Amino acid sequence: MIKALDWDDGEMGELKMSVTNPSVSLSEVKKRGRGRAPNFLRVMKKYWVFYLMMLPAIIILIINNYIPMLGTVIAFKDINYQKGILGSDWVGIANFKYLFSTETAWVITRNTLLYNTAFIVLTLFFSLAFAIMFNEMRSRWLSKFHQSAMFLPYFLSWVVVSYLVYGFLSAEHGFMNKTLLPLFGVDPIEWYSQSQYWPGILVIVKLWKEIGYTTVIYMAAIIGIDHEYYEAALIDGASKWKQIRKITLPLISPVIIVMTLLQIGRIFNADFGLFFQVTRNAGALYSTTQVIDTYVYQTFLAIGDIGMSSAAGLVQSVVGFLLIFLANLAVRRISKDDALF
Amino acid sequence: MSQAETTIGPSGRTGKRTKRQRQPNEISNISNLLINIFFWIYTAICVVPLILVIIVSFSDEKSVVQNGYSFFPSKWDISSYEFLLKDYWQIIDAAAVSLFVTVVGTILSLVIMAMYAYPISRGDFPHRNFFSFFMFFTLLFNGGLVPWYLVYTQMMHLKDTLWILIMPLLVSAFFVIILRTFFANTIPPALVESAKIDGAPEFRIFVQIILPLSLPVLATVGLFQTLAYWNDWYLSLIFISPEGHVNLQYLMYKTMLNVQFLTASPQAMAALAAQGVEINLPTETVRMAMAVIGIGPIVFVYSFFQKYFIKGLTVGAVKG
Repeated sequence: MIKALDWDDGEMGELKMSVTNPSVSLSEVKKRGRGRAPNFLRVMKKYWVFYLMMLPAIIILIINNYIPMLGTVIAFKDINYQKGILGSDWVGIANFKYLFSTETAWVITRNTLLYNTAFIVLTLFFSLAFAIMFNEMRSRWLSKFHQSAMFLPYFLSWVVVSYLVYGFLSAEHGFMNKTLLPLFGVDPIEWYSQSQYWPGILVIVKLWKEIGYTTVIYMAAIIGIDHEYYEAALIDGASKWKQIRKITLPLISPVIIVMTLLQIGRIFNADFGLFFQVTRNAGALYSTTQVIDTYVYQTFLAIGDIGMSSAAGLVQSVVGFLLIFLANLAVRRISKDDALF
Repeated sequence: MSQAETTIGPSGRTGKRTKRQRQPNEISNISNLLINIFFWIYTAICVVPLILVIIVSFSDEKSVVQNGYSFFPSKWDISSYEFLLKDYWQIIDAAAVSLFVTVVGTILSLVIMAMYAYPISRGDFPHRNFFSFFMFFTLLFNGGLVPWYLVYTQMMHLKDTLWILIMPLLVSAFFVIILRTFFANTIPPALVESAKIDGAPEFRIFVQIILPLSLPVLATVGLFQTLAYWNDWYLSLIFISPEGHVNLQYLMYKTMLNVQFLTASPQAMAALAAQGVEINLPTETVRMAMAVIGIGPIVFVYSFFQKYFIKGLTVGAVKG
């Protein structure tokens, strides 16, 4: 589930989960342990074991994260492998100008934003509804059983999910065209070349895969609510709906708000696996299925246009950074404990 | 199933309950029934696509071509699996790559992340803030695909090696934060203090006191890392050339695009086809059989470990 930031299968999940671990704020650590700042070398000497323990991770972070961050200068260059990356000519913002002069730039931005908005809203709605329903189920055993079943899709890789989708949508043999549609007297549809159907398909597939996971997160929050609230409400004669509206939702609202804000912070990052595997990367569907991440991949590794690809990637990173920053500011306003930094 | 488990029971439940008697705050029979029906349907939606793939893989190719994928094939047949067995070497190779990468990657990443998380969880380590931020910043900003790719290919020269499938997933900032939180909140500082007074060196404290006390969180992170490594196809897609040692997920991906990828030598097939030799390749069922082989291990693991995953998700969720 968790990956380095370069791919996305579940980064939303990463950030979602960190919501449930509030002690990420660095400022609170500072408040403890005030004192004279010890001399750096003395600390090194006293804690050399710690430095040694951290060394492998530090090396990996530098290679995997920090050097690529410096590498974003590629976007301002005209890369020529003969001259090497450092020796290539600077071209200023030519790559960006060219990128934004294309129709595609607008389409991929629109798709990324619209899909992610749909995912955020629908995931929130369904996982909250499911969590509340699970919580009301009388049979604990059944509730567990259904939770497990719901969790199954989360375990499947996007490759496997693309097989499942293909089983339903394949033009010649798919379950839809061969069995379901004839039942209703509808003509077969060439799913993999008709772009208008894909927004719906992709939203359904994404929800199908991730909803079990988010439901568990919200359920954990609901369990944490003290039962005495409900008992008091019952004595006052509150109905179930009233209890949900006046107790459950308000009490887990910090979790909801934080999770949603963090997802909004990641709204520029699309789930590469979903858009690449499930659509089988079919060119005919690009108008509704190409997002920033697939575009970056496609222009770089399939077409080989380093300039365009790195420019798009840098725009995505910078905007993403700003959004996370703003989202965090908003979270701090609402509940300081849940802020990331 | 102990009471302390963090799974969800109906609200207001106390102690045992007989079937007929309703607790005051429980939902009515009719709404309970509706919720149950709803979840049965949803459970079916989650499981049915998998069943379809499994059934197709055991169907007769001719009936699939005629009637499409169906839950009730007119004829059962295992020739798709026979076909795969003929060329088992490629599948074995891919499975071996997946297994190696998953096992080595998970163990390594747990060790490396725990060793980073422990120092920054220690209140008396003066540089902990800097190193926390050093880790955390990777969540906020990343260089993007192109420079990242160039670092691994041009600088590290890891293209087409097994290490490229392991290294990028080794350190996840998010898990380090979870580990750090766990170390900081559940291990009493007095314990470390007393061990230090007894003269135990730092590393020994870490190995003999901290790690044994942190098994729940280590298990959780380990499970998620296992899943991440096993399910990864992205690194293979980017860094491994198709004729190299691909992993199982990538083999499935290639099979999805073109079943011919599975046959040992596509050139020979093409040559035969050019001579007009009829090649009997049960494409549709073989494709799904490949999927079943790829899904098998993960469903197996899922059935044993899903409850730990669900529990793990709630590690630290309920503020104590």
